[in-house]
Parts: sequence; structure tokens; C-alpha cells
Amino acid sequence: MSSVSTTAPNGARPVRRTWRLPITPLIGFGIVITYVSCALFAPWLAPYGEYQVVSDVPFGPWNSQNLLGTDQLGRDFLSRLIYGARNSMGIAFATTVVAFLIGGFIGIAAAAIRGWFDQVICRFVDSVMSIPDLVFTLMLLAIFGSSVWNLVLIIAALDSTRVFRISRAAALNVATLEFVEAAEARGEGVFWKVRHEILPNIMPILISEFGMRFCFVFLTIAALSFLGVGLQPPTAEWGSMVRDNAALINSGDITPLIPAGAIALLTIGVNFVADWLLGKSSGAQDV
Amino acid sequence: MQIITSTDVVTKLLAQRLALGLLSMFVVSVVIFVAVNSLPGSFAAAVLGQSATPEAVAAFNQKLGLDQPLVSRYLTWLSATVTGDFGTSFTNRPVSTMVMPRLWNSLKLAISAALIAVPLAITLGAICVRFVNRLPDRILSATTLSTISLPEFFIAYLLILVLAAKLQLLPSLSTIRGSMGFADQAIRMILPVLTLVFVTLAHMMRATRAALLNVMAQPYIEMARLKGEPETRIILRHALPNAIGSIASVVALNLAYLIAGVVVVEAVFVYPGIGDTMVSAVSNRDIPVVQACALIFSAAYILLNLVADIIAIASNPRLMHAR
Amino acid sequence: MSDRKIVLEIRGLIVEAMLAKASVTEIVKGVSLELREGQVLGLVGESGAGKSTIGLASMGYFKPGCSPVAGEISFCGSSLLEISEAERRSIRGVRAAYVAQSAAASFNPSKRLMDQVVEAAVSRGELQRVDAELRAVELFRSLQLPDPESFGRKYPHQVSGGQLQRAMTAMALMCDPELIVFDEPTTALDVTTQVEVLLAIKAAIEERGVAALYISHDLAVVAQIADEVAVLRYGEIVERGPVTQMLESPVHPYTKSLWAVREMHGGSHPSRGRLLDVSGIEASYGAFKVLQDIEFTIERGQTVALVGESGSGKSTLGRVISGLLSPESGTVHLGEEALPRKANDRSRDMLRRVQLIYQSADTALNPRQKVSKIVGRPLSFFHGMRGAKKRSRMVDLMNMVELDPSYLDRFPTQLSGGQKQRVAIARALAAEPELIICDEITSALDQVVQAGILKMLDELQERLGVSYLFITHDLEVVKAISDRVVVMSGGRIVEQGPKSEVIHAPSEEYTRRLLNAVPQMSPGWLDGLVSRQVPNASVTSREPVRLSR
Repeated sequence: MSSVSTTAPNGARPVRRTWRLPITPLIGFGIVITYVSCALFAPWLAPYGEYQVVSDVPFGPWNSQNLLGTDQLGRDFLSRLIYGARNSMGIAFATTVVAFLIGGFIGIAAAAIRGWFDQVICRFVDSVMSIPDLVFTLMLLAIFGSSVWNLVLIIAALDSTRVFRISRAAALNVATLEFVEAAEARGEGVFWKVRHEILPNIMPILISEFGMRFCFVFLTIAALSFLGVGLQPPTAEWGSMVRDNAALINSGDITPLIPAGAIALLTIGVNFVADWLLGKSSGAQDV
Repeated sequence: MQIITSTDVVTKLLAQRLALGLLSMFVVSVVIFVAVNSLPGSFAAAVLGQSATPEAVAAFNQKLGLDQPLVSRYLTWLSATVTGDFGTSFTNRPVSTMVMPRLWNSLKLAISAALIAVPLAITLGAICVRFVNRLPDRILSATTLSTISLPEFFIAYLLILVLAAKLQLLPSLSTIRGSMGFADQAIRMILPVLTLVFVTLAHMMRATRAALLNVMAQPYIEMARLKGEPETRIILRHALPNAIGSIASVVALNLAYLIAGVVVVEAVFVYPGIGDTMVSAVSNRDIPVVQACALIFSAAYILLNLVADIIAIASNPRLMHAR
Repeated sequence: MSDRKIVLEIRGLIVEAMLAKASVTEIVKGVSLELREGQVLGLVGESGAGKSTIGLASMGYFKPGCSPVAGEISFCGSSLLEISEAERRSIRGVRAAYVAQSAAASFNPSKRLMDQVVEAAVSRGELQRVDAELRAVELFRSLQLPDPESFGRKYPHQVSGGQLQRAMTAMALMCDPELIVFDEPTTALDVTTQVEVLLAIKAAIEERGVAALYISHDLAVVAQIADEVAVLRYGEIVERGPVTQMLESPVHPYTKSLWAVREMHGGSHPSRGRLLDVSGIEASYGAFKVLQDIEFTIERGQTVALVGESGSGKSTLGRVISGLLSPESGTVHLGEEALPRKANDRSRDMLRRVQLIYQSADTALNPRQKVSKIVGRPLSFFHGMRGAKKRSRMVDLMNMVELDPSYLDRFPTQLSGGQKQRVAIARALAAEPELIICDEITSALDQVVQAGILKMLDELQERLGVSYLFITHDLEVVKAISDRVVVMSGGRIVEQGPKSEVIHAPSEEYTRRLLNAVPQMSPGWLDGLVSRQVPNASVTSREPVRLSR
């Protein structure tokens, strides 16, 4: 008995111990940081003002004054692209935060309290979710009108149902584990349980979900503006910039694709980061 | 232990799902009706303008029955809607004649896209699993991860730029009319259908791959390998039947997404579908049309989810063959 | 023996496995063995010893992430590591067959049993479909499966675990293989079912004279089936020899330690008055009654073992006492006080006095809290300790459970299974309870670790005078630790009394059957069991005691 040790000898040897980020999240972070800088420092980066008409010619070509030409009213395209980062991302970010405050709070509360409280909210959310969001948003915008505030509140309210689902499911997964039951058996209150047992275990999922939801909200706002019912002129917004300059495409001019590409690139960047975060948090258990 | 025959269980489950679908439809109709009736100001103001005289408003309200209590208005509206009568638009035309032909156009678009995208996504997903972590899988996975959330209009304009503007192969607009021949219509539909395929393909393929990989990690797959079965046969005969349920629900989700995607794609290609109708109704705040479109979209969505549920039940041997 | 043909020969096999963090570890370190026609070799070892890897390697198969880096495996003369994958595939399922641990998970849930049993034979062209089905029915019959003609039409979820395991044996025998690998075929089964399956497997092997590799963590099981036993530890064979020799005079200290638990004989503590009095408990999940007429008591400073097979309601009873499940009727008295049914309604002091330890420390410890927080929280919650006083108490507790106090700064994921369970015990002790409910706390652990924890619990009882309610399915654990034994079946108590009476002179038929079904450390036990049981044949022919899940 004495010669038998209770722990296995650690025979593992490292193959390559690299703490470098893999390539995709690195690209993702690069994209996100560039965009955020554009949004924050727009007034210093943009050569002209957001609404400033700099040319008499609409749809002016690319030249040294207007690097990306001018838009349908003769405003500098590049400047509007940079200000667009601020408007599109700012509003999407605010909307996502509101959606998480509402949906996340109620979702975790529902998982921790359970019972009829949970049942009632779940049934309500289920029925709201059986209307496709873009359609629901369009309907509500038709009813309430397309002001910025309406846009933020309507999308946040609809999106909070998704956040509710995710955070409730994640919290419920943890809440049924035995260490939470052990806290219950000890007599801990709901608040302590959420704060110390549940929240630390679902934080990585919530953060990565925040990225995903931000992407989704961002795309919804761009789609609405593209359809002409989102952010209203003269505010620079990438979706409406695509719409306003779309006619150029038919002559083979790629200018209108630039804001569309900017939207696409950001969603790719955020996806890369969120995907990596999710993978990291699920793998964290075997460290 | 009580003896329950499998047909009983399945019938009960199907009835339950059907009832749930009807209930959702009812709740949705209430939500839509209440939302529309919470219109700030009034219908009359929206239609006649803020400067309308009180007499004109009263006459308008009476004509549309807006002086009735909410519940009876709901019941009147519901019974009319069920028979296909969506009321009159603010432009004084019956909503159903505005919406129905365009609904058919949209369905043609969505069904064509689905017929291409669904088999393609499942095939590509299966190919990924067959060559998991090898070149075909890596290429497909990386491509889909980066294209999974590209905005529809980006893909649409990219296709227009390449296939219509540069190569001049296809028309960039898809204005179809009933008077056109089939070939003419079909050619004009190629670009919007392609766009919708691209938009939904990535997600469905990744979901198929994930569902299959999940099944491939099960001990019975290892058992099949230990029986000497070849890998392709294992994927098709052993893994796929067990993954169908979860694949079906993702496919349904994406087809529902297709419905929403139709809205933007129709706007890009000026395709006369129901999405295009809804967008212009929203711009003009033509509430009865918006209401009808929202209801139709929701019904399609609920129907798709119902079908996915039924497939999931039908592919579950525990439900189909009870103890 | 040595003149018979060699079926399987492994020489100096080394297998490496990729770990999560891009590092590799050797899980099989230079194993050599040979297996001749008609011979059965038992491979014994604890989890992680590399048993399954060797079993799979004998079929030329390696799990994803595992790869052979040295050595050779030869099957009937052909070198499995050198031939092509297609050639290896042609051997599997036809000339070498595999019987997996969990039959329930190893049968495809969406295909009928018959389709799966005949699959290899038909797809490889060994037999026509019709002939294959006839042969399958024959095999079902010889393995004593019910309704052999219609058995194959069922889906896996429609038959019991024991039947599935026999169906998998039938599947392995379909093509008359030269080698069968049995990988813990009875581990997932209840003891009474295990006996039936063991008998079926033994008969099938002996009748056909097929060579078999029988893998198990339980030496007593292997002893019934194998001619020779090899003991594996950390990927190496530490000892090998004929069964009788290995049982009677093992040489290696590790082999001796394998039945460490069997040599423990705890219990016989003096009673210091009544602690817990459970009476008239009835409970149900939905419409399903899980507990009926439960009456028993626990004395201060003693250990009561609660024994039963899966589904007997023993864990549910533990949850009722701790207040996590409220019973429909009945009372639980702790000392003089009646405990309210729900934990929510109990006072903090009542909650403190009864603590629960779970089977799986993995899910019972929050992976995002350090050990210091896990152990420290009951100290501040129940005793209002903080600062240096709390810290020194935590160090005391760590010493009590024989863990280095430096482990307080670690996360549970940085500890081994046994260490995690010790942390869970420290958390329970921190409350200074009078009763600790231990729900299968050692069943996920290896034998040696298990013995260490049981010994420690016994010493703690001497020192602290705490009582244990020990919920377990393992009769060896019962013998090792209990004063009194309560036997449960079907949600009822079938027998209870002092350990010596219940174990050595059971008065109930069920208890006797349960005790008889536990494999003994003697090669003739299984055969002896059959001859003893012939008059009433209860073990072999009757459906074992089981509840619907």
C-alpha cells in the first residue's frame, strides 16, 4: 500500500507552447479596433464635414480632393463613410446594451427563480418570437415612425427576447448543477446564488453572445436604412449610403459597394472574435 | 407499466404541435392587432392628415368601424381575415388584390432558393464531416465563417457588379410581369435566387456539420467503425438519420430567415414580391397593408416551424416506436 | 497451450494521445502480450490505465487523437500497423469483433437491432441477408434472449440494458471471428443483471473456443472468465499470470492494493443516542411513486449504509432528508427537532447540522471558485468567521482531509478526482455538521483512492463523532464502513439491521440475491453460482429486479 501513490505521474510533455493568438481572432481584433478608432476620431480623420457639400457634381469620380468621389448631393464620400462608422456602430452598440440590460436581467432572474414567473415570461417571449424580427420591426416602425429613439427602442425590445432566451438557457444549465443545489441546501439567497455561483460561469457565453447580437442589430439597422425606413437623411449611415448610390453599380462603379463591404467586414471581424471567445470559454474547463 | 402504442403517442404529439401552432397564430394576430391599434394619434389622422376636420374624422372612423370597442373590432377583423379579406388599403384598394399576386411571386423566389440551398447545404455539410479537419473541411468552414453574416445587399450588389455590369450575362433588375414567358421570368429570377442561396447556405451548412459531428462523437459510430464499415457509409447510414431532427429545425429557421431576407433582396432587384410591397407600405404608413403582410409572414414562419417539429418527431425512433 | 496458433501478438506498443493544450502524453508505454486460439486473457486496471486503448489497438483501431508511435500488432500473422486501412476494415467485424462497455450507447438508436446485428456480415458479403437473419436468431436463442424470432425487430430503446449487452455479443459472434475484444461489457449493469450477462458471455466463448481479450476494472469479474490476467497501470503491464496465481499470491504491491477496499472492516461504533429519525416518508416525481413507507433511524457517531440497485430510490431518500425534495407525507426528526420538509423553511442551524456530499465532485464544486472560497463560504455563512481566524480554520480543514493547504489557492479543475472529493468533504466538515449524507461519493473513484477516502472518513468519525448516511450500490463499501445496513428496492426498505446480520444472515430473498450476485474473488464463483442456483434458477432465468427509468 505504501508504495502506491494516489496521483498519476504527470507524463504529459508539451508539443509547442505558444501563447500567440490564432490568426482569425487576431484579424478580428484588428478590424474591430480600426472601426472603433474611426468612430471615436471621426471629426479628426474625415477630410470634410458629415453634411458638407463639396462639389457641384453629384456622383463625382474618385480624385485627389475626394478620394472616393462624391455622393448624389455632391458630399465627400470618404468623410461620410467615416462619420457613418460613428452613427451605425454607435446606435447598434446602444441598442445592444439596452437589449442586454433588459433580456439578460430577466433571463437570469427567470432561471434563478423559476416557477410561474419563468413560465409566464417564456410563453410571452415565445409568441413574440414567432413573428420574424425584420417584419415585426418594419410593422412597428410603420406604426410609430422612424425616429432614432423609436429605432433603438423597437430593435432593443425585440432583440431582448433573443438575449432572454440565451441568458436563461445558459443560467439554467448552471443553475441545475449540484454546486448551485449545494448553495441552496446551505440556505443562500437568490442574489448570492446569481452573483457568486451562476454569473461567473455564464459570463464568457454572455460576452460572446454580445458580439453576435451586436452584429445582428448592426445588420438590422443597416438593412432598415437600406430599405429607407431606418436612420433618416441627412445622417450618414452605411446602409442608406448603399441605397442612395446604388445606381452607380450598373455602370460598373464599385463605390456603393464600399459601405456595404465596410458592414460586411465588421461583421466578419466581430464573428471571428466571438467565435474564438466561445471556443476559449468552452475549452477553459480542461486547463 | 401502462401500454401505450406508438401511434397514440405520435398522434397526441402531432395534435399538441398543431394546437400550439394555432395558438401561436392566435397570439400573433392579437399582438399585431393591438400594435396597430396603439398607433399614436389615430388612423384618421394618419390617413387624412393632421389638418382634417373633426367631421371628416368622425365620418372616416364610422366608415372603418373604428368607433366600435376594441374586442369587437378584433373579432370582425379576425373573421374577415380568415376568409382572405384583409380590408381596404389607405389607397382605397382591397388589400388582398394588392398582396396575393405578390405573395405568389415571393413564394416562387423563396421556394426556388430553398430547393437549391437545402440539398446543397446538407451535401456540403456531409462533405465537411467526411473530411473533417482536412483541406475540404478547412476551406468550407473558413469560407462559411466569414460569409455567415454578410448583409444581403452586399452579396446582391456584388453579384450584380460581376454578373450583370461586368460580364453582362444577366439582367440586373428583376421586374417580372405575368405577361412574360416562363424563360424570361426565370432568367430575371436567377440573381435574386442566387443571393438568397448564398445568404442561407453558410448557416445551414455549418449547422449540418455541427449536428453530424455531434452524432459522429457517439459510441455507436465508433462501434460501426469497429464493425469495419467504410466512413462514407457510416455518415450516410448511421449518422445522418440521427441528425435529421436537428438539421430540420435549423433548415426551418433558415427558411424563415429566407422570408425576411426576401424583403431586402426584393428591394435590391425591384422584384414585385410581398416584401417589396411591405416596404413601400411602411414608407407610406399604409397600415392595413403592413398589417396583412406581417400576418402572412408570421403565418409562414409558424408553418415552417411546425413542419420542422413534425420532421423531428418522425425521425425520432423513441417516439415512433414506443416501448 | 503453447502449441496452439497465436491469434494476437502485441510487441512493445507505445500509444500517444493529444491533450487539449497541444501536448501529448504516452497512454500505453511499451506493452507486449500474446493471445492464442481458445485463450481468454483478462486485462485489469483502473480508469486511465490504457486498457481500452490496448483493446481497440488489437483491432488496429485508435481513437481520434491517439496514435501508435512504436511497436507492432500482429493479427493472425498480418501486421495491423502496416497494412492499409481498407485491409484493416476487412478484418474488423468479420475476423475480429468488439463488444463495447455501454451497449445502450453503442447501438444506433434509429436502426432496428437486426439491421445492426447482421450489418457487417451482409455488407462484407459473408452471408446473404436471409441466412444472416437466421443465424442471428440462432445466436439470440443461444444467448437466452426473449422471443428470439421477433427480438431483432425491436429498436435499442425497447429492450433492457442486459439484453442489449447480450445482443451486442450476438453481433460480435455473427461472422465466427477469431478474436473478440470485450471492453468492460458488464460495468454499466446492475449486479444482478451482470451475473446473467457474464454467464451468457462465458458460455458463448467456451462453446466456440474463440480467443478473447476481456477488459475490466474488476478483478473478481475477470477471474470468472479469463484463463490468464494481466494487470495494467499507467500504460504498463505490472504483473501477468494465471488467474489462480494472481488471486492467491500476487507479487506486485499494486496488484495487492487492487482489493484494498475488500480488506477494510470498519464499523462497530458505540451508539451515543438517537440522531435522526425518519418515519412514514412517501415521495413521488410527478405521478411516479419513488418512496413508500420509509422508516429508519441513525444513531449519533454511527454509519448507516443505504444499499440498492439503480432506481431503488436510495438517492431520493438522501434528497428528502436534506430538504431538497419535499415528501408528500412523513416526518424527519433531527435530535428532538422536527425538520420542515423544504430546505427553504429550515433554520440556518438546521441546515448546518445536515450536510450532503455528491457523487460527482466535478459538478458539485463551482469551477470558477477557488478552493478557499468553496471551503471558506460555510465558515462565514454558518459561523460568521472572517480574516485570520477563517484562514487558520481553512488550513485545519485541509489538514483534516489530508490535502496540502497550498491547494486553497487552486481551482477545482487543477485537482484530481480524489482531491476534488476531499475538497467537497472539507466543505461539508466546515459547517460542523452532525450528519453527513454521502451519496455514492466514492463510486466514480479508483479503488486505491476510494480506500483512502473511506479510511479518512472513518478516522474523522472517531475524532468528531459525526454520523454518516452512506448511500451506495457497492456492497464492498458497505462492508468496509457501516454499522447498520438498510436495503432498498423499488422505493421501499426491504430489510434493515446491524451489518453482521444483514450481510451474513440476510432474512429476505432480495437481499440474498443481491449479495449472491456480487462477484467473489475466486475463479469458481460463477460456475458454483449456477450449480447452487439450479433448484430455483432465480439469477439466470428471471428478469432481474429493475424499475423503469
